[in-house]
Amino acid sequence: MSDGQPAADNILELTDLTKRFGGLVAVDNVSLHIKRGEVFALIGPNGAGKTTLFNNVTGLFQPTSGRVVFDGRDITGSRPHEVARFGIARTFQNIRLFDFMTCLDNVRVGRHVRMRARLWDSLFKLPRERREEDRVTDEAMDLLRFVGIAKQANQYARNLPYGQQRRLEIARALATEPKLLLLDEPAAGFTPQEKVELMQLVKKILGRGITVFLIEHDMKVVMGISERIVVLDHGEKIAEGPPEEVRKDVRVIEAYLGKSA
Amino acid sequence: MSEPVKAGGRRSIFSRLHLRERMRDRDQAIYGLLILGALIYPEAILFITGNPAYIGDAAHAGTWVLLAIGLNVVVGFAGLLDLGYAAFFAIGAYTYGLFASAQLGASPLQHQYHIPFWIMMFVGLIVAASFGAILGFPTLRLRGDYLAIVTLGFGEIVPQLAFNLDRWTGGINAIGGIDQPWFPAWITGPWAGANSIAVIQNSTCRVSWASGFFPCFQFSFDPVAYYVLIVILIVIAVILVSNLYRSRLGRAWMAIREDEVAAAAMGINTVTTKLLAFAIGASFSGFAGAYYGASIGLVSPDNFFFVVSITVLVMVVLGGMGNISGVIIGALAIYAVLYVVLPHLPPAVSDLASTLGLGSLNQVNGDWPGLGHLVERLNFLIYGLILVLVMLLRPQGLFPSRVREQELKHDAVQEEETAVEQAAAV
Repeated sequence: MSDGQPAADNILELTDLTKRFGGLVAVDNVSLHIKRGEVFALIGPNGAGKTTLFNNVTGLFQPTSGRVVFDGRDITGSRPHEVARFGIARTFQNIRLFDFMTCLDNVRVGRHVRMRARLWDSLFKLPRERREEDRVTDEAMDLLRFVGIAKQANQYARNLPYGQQRRLEIARALATEPKLLLLDEPAAGFTPQEKVELMQLVKKILGRGITVFLIEHDMKVVMGISERIVVLDHGEKIAEGPPEEVRKDVRVIEAYLGKSA
Repeated sequence: MSEPVKAGGRRSIFSRLHLRERMRDRDQAIYGLLILGALIYPEAILFITGNPAYIGDAAHAGTWVLLAIGLNVVVGFAGLLDLGYAAFFAIGAYTYGLFASAQLGASPLQHQYHIPFWIMMFVGLIVAASFGAILGFPTLRLRGDYLAIVTLGFGEIVPQLAFNLDRWTGGINAIGGIDQPWFPAWITGPWAGANSIAVIQNSTCRVSWASGFFPCFQFSFDPVAYYVLIVILIVIAVILVSNLYRSRLGRAWMAIREDEVAAAAMGINTVTTKLLAFAIGASFSGFAGAYYGASIGLVSPDNFFFVVSITVLVMVVLGGMGNISGVIIGALAIYAVLYVVLPHLPPAVSDLASTLGLGSLNQVNGDWPGLGHLVERLNFLIYGLILVLVMLLRPQGLFPSRVREQELKHDAVQEEETAVEQAAAV
């Protein structure tokens, strides 16, 4: 797929993205596009290359070949902090919070990229820096309220229960003011009740005008919130479309359940 | 970073100051005691011993405090292991030594400089910070152990250069006769009363670019002057470093320490942020180096070997990594052990033996070197034992930052849990 100009309503376009680790092709020639304001899901069996694809988008890995275009800008090969500045935030499959910082500080670190205080301002606590710190603290508290863990603001991230850690990670990602939010298995290990709450949270995030791109195993969640789905297997895209279609796709069923004899 | 922040709402000035909480807060209490101690110490020691040399010792300890505060930025905040910290100390000291003595007159430059200390202090700071950045730029992409090895190498290279570039640095002969700081005497000002200017004026000075002499206050080898200077420098350093700690940059450092990948994904440029930690840490060292050169009046390569880097690291770790007040206490404690306790131990032990009626132990007898001499030989064993004991009793350091405390407690709890599990499995 090499279709010239990117359409204006696509926030993310991957073109022939390939990532090789030595002889192993983790992501094989995947092309996909995500429309502004939708919930897009990436599914596939374990080891299909979903997280590798995320890492290629966010700059943790450099793609072997192919292009990543975000919001009309070619970001292929950008470093992770640049990608965050452009407006892509992510959470991690195995939660990676700053364990021994308070929840509030975790979120304030997320604000880092939108803050302007220079070394000089911080060294001498200039009024401008104080104002910014006050503002950022308020904003961080708002975000903690948004995901529903404001009460835990002064606790170490490490001490939160699992579900709240996932929420904190989302709050931290939202603090970077992303246009696109990548969620890597946000519902893993959740109870059914928590899954419902997560879906509500994703809807609220959409309401803020943020596009959501998620990896998820739980079919109820995927079917419940996503508008379009791409299925990866062994690094290859094997299906794409709305949930109902994908669910019936023969190759998808094979990938998940194995070929029937 | 760990202090609670009340959510939202404007606070009145009084609640902003948190006076009551401050009284209870451990770190604030330590600062209070330290300031009080710093104010009382010179008067008390003069009153008790009448010997101003002890004030000079305290000023020397201050150099170590400054070094420890700087290394704490690198090791405690940003979590980068720097084993060559003395190199930056050397760079600061040599920068001052070269441009504030007759040294460069004998060098290929054929011209001696006598730039005032107050300017060179900042030059030393900037030069050391630049070297920190130059060393950091190619190496901070390395992680953990590799970075430690590179800094270790750098720490060895700098004193060797000082040895071998003897046309510039004097090599083994060191740089002597370094200028001491001075104030123009009018700095006392009119507030001191009509003729009080004579109180502080003790000599006349001449700046290289000015013609004629003017009254000034020479620091010379007056320990009190150096003591006052180092206390002021330390106070400034503590204020600046705590400001950084509670800022965007401080949070970024801690985020990198906690999880570098997540920090990068949150938009923190990990390379430049670590570079800043390195350069800022180095700048404190350079600052301390300039002060050291001025107060000793002699800069020799011997003063900057590996043992200096390690001693500063021990101060940081033993005091409580990441906690500024703890690090200051650590520096003072180690200084006291190294320069007060250990040198006085052998005579004290022999005296004790004599008073106990065991004076025969002090006699040299065959292989027995005498008790005092034996203790002297065992000095560093005793030093090591003290360190091991402290770390066993307080593995987080004397006054750990609350974060570290939590971290280590957690690890301890986890170890306990796994131990229980293993026991159950067997």
